[in-house]
Amino acid sequence: MSEPGRHEWPLFEVFVRAKRGLNHVHVGSLRAADHDMALHHARDLYTRRNEGVSIWVVRSDDVVASAPAEKESFFEPSGDKIYRHPTHYTIPGSVPHI
Amino acid sequence: MPEEPGSAYDALTDHEDDARWAYGTGFTDPLAGVSSAVPGGADREALTTYCLMLGDDALIMSHRLQEWVTRAPEIEDELALANIALDLLGQARLLLGRAAEVEDAGRDEDSLAYGREAGEFRNVCLAEPADADFAHLMARLLAFATWRLALLDRLSASADPVLAAIAAKGVKEVTYHRDYAARWVVRLGDGTDLSHQRMQAAMTAVATQTGELFAVHPVEQAMAAAGFGVDPAQLRPEFATVWSQVLDAATLEAPADPAVGVGEGRDGRHTAALSGILDELQSVARSTPGGVW
Repeated sequence: MSEPGRHEWPLFEVFVRAKRGLNHVHVGSLRAADHDMALHHARDLYTRRNEGVSIWVVRSDDVVASAPAEKESFFEPSGDKIYRHPTHYTIPGSVPHI
Repeated sequence: MPEEPGSAYDALTDHEDDARWAYGTGFTDPLAGVSSAVPGGADREALTTYCLMLGDDALIMSHRLQEWVTRAPEIEDELALANIALDLLGQARLLLGRAAEVEDAGRDEDSLAYGREAGEFRNVCLAEPADADFAHLMARLLAFATWRLALLDRLSASADPVLAAIAAKGVKEVTYHRDYAARWVVRLGDGTDLSHQRMQAAMTAVATQTGELFAVHPVEQAMAAAGFGVDPAQLRPEFATVWSQVLDAATLEAPADPAVGVGEGRDGRHTAALSGILDELQSVARSTPGGVW
């Protein structure tokens, strides 16, 4: 809980691209006064063990997230569409090179 | 024959190649491939003392930074300060290790760190004071890192390959330390009325302690002449340029330039604060000689 009158820094989400990784992965969050400070804090908090080659920070406020209440309508309709997976299809023996 | 406990992990760790790990690998040894032989014709006693000077600077500054852990204003900055302290501790270990190697008298980095009295430490006094507040710490870190970066940058061309390699590693680290401190000085100086006032007080106080950084000790002079070390007097223009750039950006008034000091710390004459640091730093080693984790 913040003390009365104490100004709290905004929250940022941190994404780090690992040496062997192709994409930035969400690694956690931190507080900072602005984007510049957030980037430096991210370096100090999340790349101490030689993990990263690139960092993104984004204000948590700016992330638009899907609502848990919409989970059913958002995600369940894809649950039975087995034909969207390549493994659904049987490859005829006469088709070569697959 | 039953397998030893833990052998399931052997297969994961018995490879030289660790590039397959996505995280936390590829660590490098800064002295890999560097010959540890002392260059012929080197004045071993002076070179040992010179390594102690630079190593003690890092060791004592690191200790003061460590004291901020659990006391920093934000957890993010606490970790940043701990990172900086660990960078400097790493530099201290390498430099004290080199001092022991050149001295060749049976001492090692531990006996040099834990076994010497205050009068045998060669660090500049700027590394010693306890910081009155975060602004003082940032002002002191800015002064220390600006000076040390200018020094290490030149030292990376040292005729001693080990000193050159240690310096080249340190340049990258101290560049970040200077940047971190400068950002805070600007943020606080160009912040609220209160933060401006406190940052100004800190810069004015720390400026008076920077004169000794450019004093030339006979050992430094000899090592610079021999191509092993750096003449501290040469660092002053770069220091002044950076210092005034940061002051300008921070909307702070430039404190008066201090007179070049006499370099008392380099001679083993220290402020009373050093004894307090060593009491803590050496307490475990002194109560449990030779103890290991």
